[in-house]
Amino acid sequence: MRVSMKRLAVVSALVAPLFPFSNAWADYQFNMHVPVTEAGRRAYTLHNDISLICLGIFILVFGVLIYSLLHHRKSKDHAPADFHEHLGVEIAWTIVPTIILVLMAIPATRTLVEMKDTSEAQLTIKATGYQWKWGYDYLKGEGEGIKFLSVQTTTPDQIDGKAEKPATYMETVDNPLVVPVNTKVRILTTANDVIHSWAVPAFAVKQDAIPGFIRDTWFRADQEGTYIGQCSELCGKGHGYMPIVVNVVSAADYTTWVEAQKKKAAAGDDPNKVWSMDEAVARGEKVYNANCAVCHQANGKGVPGTFPALDGSKIAGVASASAKAKHIDTVLHGRPGTPMAAFGPQLSDTDIATVITYERNSWGNKTGDVIQPADIAAARK
Amino acid sequence: MSQDIAMGGQADHTGHEAHEHHGPPSGIMRWITTTNHKDIGSMYLWFSFIMFLVGGAMAMVIRAELFEPGLQIVSPEFFNELITLHALIMVFGAIMPAFVGFSNWMIPLMIGASDMAFARMNNWSFWLLPVASGLLILSMFVPGGAPGTGWTLYPPLSIQMGMGMDLAIFGIHLLGMSSIMGGINIITTILNMRAPGMTLMKMPMFCWTWLITAFLLIAAMPVLAGAVTMLLTDRHFGTTFFNAAGGGDPVLFQHIFWFFGHPEVYIIALPAFGVISQVIPTFSRKPIFGYASMVYAIAAIAITSFFVWAHHMYVTGIPLNGQLYFMYATMIIAVPTGVKVFNWVATMWKGSLSFETPMLFALGFLFLFTLGGFSGLVLSLTAVDVMLQETYYVIAHFHYVMVAGAVFSAYAGAYYWLPKWTGHMYDETLGKWHFWLTLFFFNMTFFVQHFLGLAGMPRRVPDYALQFAEFNKISSIGAFGLGISQLLFLYVVLKALKSGKKVDAKVWDGAQGLEWTVPSPAPYHTFETPPVIEEGKH
Repeated sequence: MRVSMKRLAVVSALVAPLFPFSNAWADYQFNMHVPVTEAGRRAYTLHNDISLICLGIFILVFGVLIYSLLHHRKSKDHAPADFHEHLGVEIAWTIVPTIILVLMAIPATRTLVEMKDTSEAQLTIKATGYQWKWGYDYLKGEGEGIKFLSVQTTTPDQIDGKAEKPATYMETVDNPLVVPVNTKVRILTTANDVIHSWAVPAFAVKQDAIPGFIRDTWFRADQEGTYIGQCSELCGKGHGYMPIVVNVVSAADYTTWVEAQKKKAAAGDDPNKVWSMDEAVARGEKVYNANCAVCHQANGKGVPGTFPALDGSKIAGVASASAKAKHIDTVLHGRPGTPMAAFGPQLSDTDIATVITYERNSWGNKTGDVIQPADIAAARK
Repeated sequence: MSQDIAMGGQADHTGHEAHEHHGPPSGIMRWITTTNHKDIGSMYLWFSFIMFLVGGAMAMVIRAELFEPGLQIVSPEFFNELITLHALIMVFGAIMPAFVGFSNWMIPLMIGASDMAFARMNNWSFWLLPVASGLLILSMFVPGGAPGTGWTLYPPLSIQMGMGMDLAIFGIHLLGMSSIMGGINIITTILNMRAPGMTLMKMPMFCWTWLITAFLLIAAMPVLAGAVTMLLTDRHFGTTFFNAAGGGDPVLFQHIFWFFGHPEVYIIALPAFGVISQVIPTFSRKPIFGYASMVYAIAAIAITSFFVWAHHMYVTGIPLNGQLYFMYATMIIAVPTGVKVFNWVATMWKGSLSFETPMLFALGFLFLFTLGGFSGLVLSLTAVDVMLQETYYVIAHFHYVMVAGAVFSAYAGAYYWLPKWTGHMYDETLGKWHFWLTLFFFNMTFFVQHFLGLAGMPRRVPDYALQFAEFNKISSIGAFGLGISQLLFLYVVLKALKSGKKVDAKVWDGAQGLEWTVPSPAPYHTFETPPVIEEGKH
C-alpha cells in the first residue's frame, strides 16, 4: 500500500485534468476505503484480487478482439475464413473459466465463513431501524442497559441550501453509537416499521433490519475513530437521512462514557412532575423537530396528499376531550397502514406528553391543553 | 391452421370496407384492429421508443437532483416515485417491448411463416401495454403519488403507500398478461410454423434466443403476478403474508420477487444476445462460430437463472449455507456467458469486418456488457457484495447490463433491420455519430458510479455527503448528454423514412437468412406459401 503512494501521486497528477470539478485530488475515491476490521480487510483484498483477475481476462480476450478489428477488415481486403466450429477450443474455453472460478471461490468461501461467525461476542448491541432514525440498546457486556435514539443533526436549512453545508454534511447524529476498540461487537438488527439496513463500510458490515425478526452481524474494529454508514435499504422519504455514526474509542474512554450514560439515565425525567405550558412547549418543540418534523414539517403544515397537516387539524387543533384522547392514542400507537409510527415504544412518557402539548398549542392551534406524563402513563394501560 | 386464423382476421376488416384484398384498413382503425405481425411489430417498436423517452426524462430529473448535494429540484418522496417509475417503465415499457417488436417483425420472416400463430392474441398483447403503462404513469397523479418503493416494491414499505401502489399492481398484472400471451404466441409460432426444411438447429440464433426467452416469460411472469397479488391482499383484505405480526415474513416477498426478478434479467438479455448473434456474422461476412454451443449456452443460462435469485438478498440474513450455495450458483453463470462472448470474438476472428452502425453498436455491446459481467462476478462473491450491496456499484453494474447490454443491442437491431422495414437506408454518418455520442456519454454517466459505490454511496438516496460530490456531477453531465443523444436516433429514423436511399432485398452484403430474400420494404404479407430451405444452411 504505502510503497505505491508515490506512483499513485504521479498517476494522479497526470489524470487529474480529466476531472475538472475538484480542487483537491483527495476528493476522488476510486476504490473502497480500507476497512478497519480484519474481516473487512480480507473482503477488501478479495475484491482487489478478483478485480485484477477480471481486468487480466478482459485485456486478454479483448486484445484478441482488437487485433482482429485492426487486421481482419474488409477495407484491408481481408478475405473471410469459413471455419465455424472447433471442438477443442470450445471445450477449452468452457473448462478454463470453470477452473478460474473454482480458484476464486476458495478464498471467497474462507472469507465469508469468517464474516458470518458471530459467536463469542464481548459486547452485544441491538440496532433498531425506525422511520427515520436508529435506536440502540446495549444488551450484553460492559454498558448493559444503555439505550438511546440516534437522529441525524443535519438541519433542513443545510439540506435546502439556506445554510452552508458543513464538511460532515449528512454524516452527523445527536447520539453516536460508542464501542470499545479491539472488541468483538455483535450487532442484532431489527426494525419497527419497514425494512432498514445497518451498514458501516469501514467495518465491511451490512445487515438488513427486518420488522418482526432479529438478524445479526459483528465487527471488531482495530483503529479508534469515527466511522460513518447510512441506512442501506430504501425505507421511505427519510431514507437518505438516517446516517449511522460509530465512535470507536479506547477501553478507558469507553468505561468513562458508560459511566456518564448511567448517570444521565439515573438523572432522568421525574414521571410525576407536573409541567407548565411554557416548559412543556419548549421541551416538546425539541422532541417534535427530532421525530415529527420530517413528515409533518416544522410549520405543522404536512405535505398535502401525503402527510397530514397538524396545524388546524381535527385532532390536534380542536379543544375537546375526545380529540385529546384521539391525539394521545395516535402518537402512542400510530396509524396502521400509514407511515405514522407508534411512538409509544420509542419515546418516554415525558417526551410524548410534551410533544402533544407542543402540537396542540403551536402554529394556529390554541387548545390550551397541557398534557402531563401521568396522562400518558394512564393511556398506556 | 394458424394461417387460417391470420387470414380470417383480415377478412373481417375487408368485409366491412371495400378495400383491396390484401391491403390494411386505413386510418386509426388499421392500427387498433390489425392482426398483421409487421404492423404490431412496428407499434411495439414505436411504443417502446416513446416509453424510452418518458423513462429517460425521469432519469434526467433524478440526475439533475443528484447534480450536487442538498435538495434542489424535487422532494425526497417524489424522488422515490421517480426511481420506481423510471425502472418499471424502462424494464416493462421500453426494453421488453423493443425486443418483442423485433420478434414480431423478424421471427415470421426468419422462419418463413406468414404471420404469428395467434394473430388476434398478438393484437391484444400489444394493446394491453399502453393501458398498463398508462396506469403506471397515472399513479403519479393520485393522492399519495406513485409507489415510492423502488421497482422491487418491498413490503412493508409498499404496504404504507397510497392508491398509486394499487394502480401499479394492476399495471403489472396487465404487463404480465401481455408478456405471457406474447410468450405463448412466440413458442407456438416457432414450434409449428417453420418452413419445411427449417429444422430447429437451422434456425437463426435470434429465433433460438426468443424461443428460450418465451419459456422464461411464461415461467417467471406468473410468479411476479402472484407476489403483487399477495401485496394487494395484504394491503386491503387483511392477509398477513408479509407481516410478521400475523405470522408472515417480509423477506418472503423478496424471495418470490427475485425468483421472478433474476430470470427477468435474462428475459431482457437473451433476445439482446440474439440480435448481436445476427449482426456480428453479417458484418464479419462469416458464419457464427459454434452455433450448437451457443444454443446450449443460452439454454444453460436460462435454466441457471432460476436457481440464483437470492444473490440479490445476501444481506437479508440468509444463513451461511444459503449464501455459499447462491454464490457458487451465481459464479457458474459466468461460464456459459463467457462461452457466448468467446464465440462472438471467434466469429469475428479472420472475418472480413466492416463497421456500419449496427456493427458498432454490437461491438459497443460486447465491450460494455462484458464489463457488466465482470462487475456481476465481483458482486457474486458474498463477502464483497456485503460491502457493495445497495450502493452505486450495483447501479453501475446493472446499467452496464441493461443499457450497454439491452439498449445497445436494440439499437444494433434497429439500424440493422430498419432498411428492411422501411425500404430506406438511414444516414450512416448520423448513425455513427449517434453511436459514438451514446458510447461516450454512457461511460461518463455510469463508469464513475462504480467509484461512488466503492466509496460507499448508497443507492436510492436523493442527497449525499460532500465526499461524493465530484463523481455525481460528472455522472449527471454524462446523463444529460446521453439523454439528448437519443433524440438523434429519432431524427435518423424520421430522416430515413422521409428521404432515405432506396435499398434492395439484400441490404447488407454479408447478411444470411430468409428475411433478406423478401423485398425491402417487406410487403404486407410475406411467405404466404412457405419458402424452400436449401440444405446445410443456418
